[in-house]
Amino acid sequence: MSRRAWELALPTGLVVLLAFVPKISADIPKLFNGPLNSPGTLQLLALCLLFGGVALTYDLLFGYTGLLSFGHAFYFAVGVYFTAIALTKWHWGFGPSLLFVAALGLVLPALIGAVSLRVGGIAFAMVTLAVAQVGAVLVIKNPRDWTGGEEAFGTDYAQLPDAFVGVLNTKNLYWLALVYAVAVFLIVRWAVESAPGRIWQAIRENEQRVEVLGLHPQRYKLMAFVLSSFLATAGGVVYLLLQTGPTPHVTSADFTLTLLIMVVLGGAGTKWGAMIGGVLYTYLNNRLGAIGDSSLVQGLPDVLRTPLSEPLFLLGTLFILIVFFAPGGITGLATHGRRPSSLRRMDAALRTERAEVTAPVQTTEEGA
Amino acid sequence: MNTAVAPAPTRPLLAVADLHVYLGESHVLQGVSFDVPEGGVTALLGRNGVGKTTTIRALLGLTSRRGTVSFDGVDISHAPTHRIVRRAIGYVPEDRDVFAGLTVAENLRLAARDAQPRYELVYDLFPRLRERARQRAGTLSGGEQQMLALGRALLNENRLLLVDEPTKGLAPLLVTEVARALDHIAELTTVLLVEQNLAVVRRIARDAVVLDQGRVVHSGDAAGLLADRDRVHRLLGVSGGGHA
Amino acid sequence: MSTFVLLTITGLGLGAMYFLIASGLSLIYGLMGVLNFAHGFFLTVGAYGTWWMELHLTGIGSIWLRYLIGAAFGLALGAAIAALVELVLIRPLYQRHIEQVLVTVGLAIAGTALVQAIWGGDQRAFVTPPWLNETTDVLGAKVPNDRWLEIAAAAVVFVLLQLFLRRTRYGLIIRAGVENRSMVQALGIDVRKAFTLVFAIGGVAAALAGALSNVYFGSVVPERGTSLLIFAFIVVVIGGLGSLGGSAAAAVVVGLAQQYANYYGSTGMGEIVVVLLLGVVLLVRPRGLAGAVAT
Repeated sequence: MSRRAWELALPTGLVVLLAFVPKISADIPKLFNGPLNSPGTLQLLALCLLFGGVALTYDLLFGYTGLLSFGHAFYFAVGVYFTAIALTKWHWGFGPSLLFVAALGLVLPALIGAVSLRVGGIAFAMVTLAVAQVGAVLVIKNPRDWTGGEEAFGTDYAQLPDAFVGVLNTKNLYWLALVYAVAVFLIVRWAVESAPGRIWQAIRENEQRVEVLGLHPQRYKLMAFVLSSFLATAGGVVYLLLQTGPTPHVTSADFTLTLLIMVVLGGAGTKWGAMIGGVLYTYLNNRLGAIGDSSLVQGLPDVLRTPLSEPLFLLGTLFILIVFFAPGGITGLATHGRRPSSLRRMDAALRTERAEVTAPVQTTEEGA
Repeated sequence: MNTAVAPAPTRPLLAVADLHVYLGESHVLQGVSFDVPEGGVTALLGRNGVGKTTTIRALLGLTSRRGTVSFDGVDISHAPTHRIVRRAIGYVPEDRDVFAGLTVAENLRLAARDAQPRYELVYDLFPRLRERARQRAGTLSGGEQQMLALGRALLNENRLLLVDEPTKGLAPLLVTEVARALDHIAELTTVLLVEQNLAVVRRIARDAVVLDQGRVVHSGDAAGLLADRDRVHRLLGVSGGGHA
Repeated sequence: MSTFVLLTITGLGLGAMYFLIASGLSLIYGLMGVLNFAHGFFLTVGAYGTWWMELHLTGIGSIWLRYLIGAAFGLALGAAIAALVELVLIRPLYQRHIEQVLVTVGLAIAGTALVQAIWGGDQRAFVTPPWLNETTDVLGAKVPNDRWLEIAAAAVVFVLLQLFLRRTRYGLIIRAGVENRSMVQALGIDVRKAFTLVFAIGGVAAALAGALSNVYFGSVVPERGTSLLIFAFIVVVIGGLGSLGGSAAAAVVVGLAQQYANYYGSTGMGEIVVVLLLGVVLLVRPRGLAGAVAT
């Protein structure tokens, strides 16, 4: 078979295989707690697929267009919270709720992006961080008791389609997550290889050159921003369905940083990198807790046991190691861990931004 | 026994061999080779954009480079910038690069490396700097900033000064002042001078090296080169003028 | 009126802590181009170091002595860890700015998790010298005394930093390096030596903020570093990256705005106002407040 045919066949085969997982009752000890088609395992796999997709939406911004955003979680949270609120607090039906959230997922990033993209580099990163912080604060503030504040509230099941309710229907949610991941992959692939997509990459490489060519980088950046955010919002909806209700964690800066880790872990700006990173991170985050509780680790002296039983510590350390030794992530290991071009270009962009943004250190009087 | 030893051939102060520099995709220097003899001024000439400033920066390690550079017999091809400079090389950049937020005196103090920096020499050569010692360098005029940049390089007993277009953007009166200062500087130390103003070159340069399309296309006596109008026109473009 | 006075002084107290964190962030970014996400971790180190030492000294000397020794320990720890981080994690990634930022992100996450693993995620009560819990009457307002400590600490640090920057050789190098790092190298100075120093200074200031936050909030908790860090970032950007005076001014503005808005508006309003302020500043003057003085 030709190379092109393999490139189509392998992923398609993988998707078909994944689609059949809920029918397979095989047990994979060590890797999963129960047989593959048990609700618990399916839930985990669904989360992995979901975050594979969400990580890819972040990569569209970071790895492809070179925009460093610290507020991606905000759009994900919009999907999570507004669906829950519409269903549970406003008592809307499922269809109207979805339409509402879809509209938000387009309008919000369009408005916010139009304003925040006026600045670039570090300033843009800060604005996105700040916007996400507003979201986090609003959720805690619990206006009109809509968001539930610091405590989670349960989504009103009555409003959800039966297919998504109940432990026995976890397999439907699994398939939904699979559909989401595949859809995001195809959309991002198509977008990146389209004409606007190539301009995103050109912007990442050298924004000035794009401007000189008479194209308006702003417009294209906004396109990428809206698409990426919309897909993240959609992911938020799926996430809500997988959980019992929304929690404030999805609005935190930590959450966006988690997405960043997923992308770098897998390999920023590559075809499969972000998805692999998202799947792997979600899996590790879930399973590392089990490793920590295992008899092997519990038997270690305190000095080792304490850090090793904390999944975030392991993940943070793993991330540091990756950045040091394999900045291209897992997919980059194939290219001998050389510094990927996506990071190299972002660096150059940050450096020129720095020249514009830094003010000389001001002292209050003339020096001697 | 009477063995008359022939004097050893004088080693050039700076020897550049097969210097290559890439700026992005562009192969700016494609094997630049030249020598700078000790004492006097060597002019580095060429059209706009040919790579003169890039050469200077490459010598200092401010940009990544391939090739061999040796200073006073020591290989500095891969040394980091601050080590190269500490071998007693001074730098007067094209854009002066004085620190706007620091005062004139602070700018000088920062540059001082020797045990006895030559403040008096600098202030005598550039009295205006003495007047403005406590002023923030960002408030100086272009000409004054140039003097500060030159003074900064003079503070230490440098064996080589790399001076990049010191008269650029200056009014004729200031050009004369700078040229006069360069005269004086040339008596004290070896200078590699990038300069578009040929009158200045004519006045102080002993040797000339011409760059074109990433390589050295001429090197030799400065006066001889500048007397040859055709050559000047061909290698350096239209302007043969400028005033000193 | 008395409420206004109380809000103002409390706002200044909050601004004081923001300044302590922001000053280090600003210098580090200004000089090195590193967006140090681990700065919140330095704060946490200072907070827990102070608390831990104080706990271990229980029964020895007065509460004030214990607090001061605890704080001294916390600060020393903050400086040491910050310097270590620079040497081991940041320096090897010289010129690779994105990786440097990413590494600080990893450190922030791993570090906070480590603290959580050792001491648990719950709040631990912090034993405060009683005077700090009392109030002083100012124009009718009952001002909690810890605010004076925070304001005084920030003022002292500001003065010390200014003296350092203006009167010492390293200060000169740092001021020049923030403006034009490669020219400093071209003067024969290895700027990288100043990097470790700047990180250490940032570590001390952040640790001090940590020690003070224990008193301000009355407790120690692992996430405090992260939550305060976001505001510190905003302060740094509003004030102008690399500008100490800018950070000070912005810290005051942000602290006050937050207090006033939270009270005269509603809870949570303060944070929103601060964020809007950031947006406005970035759109109107991306260089920040100090940018105006640059030329």
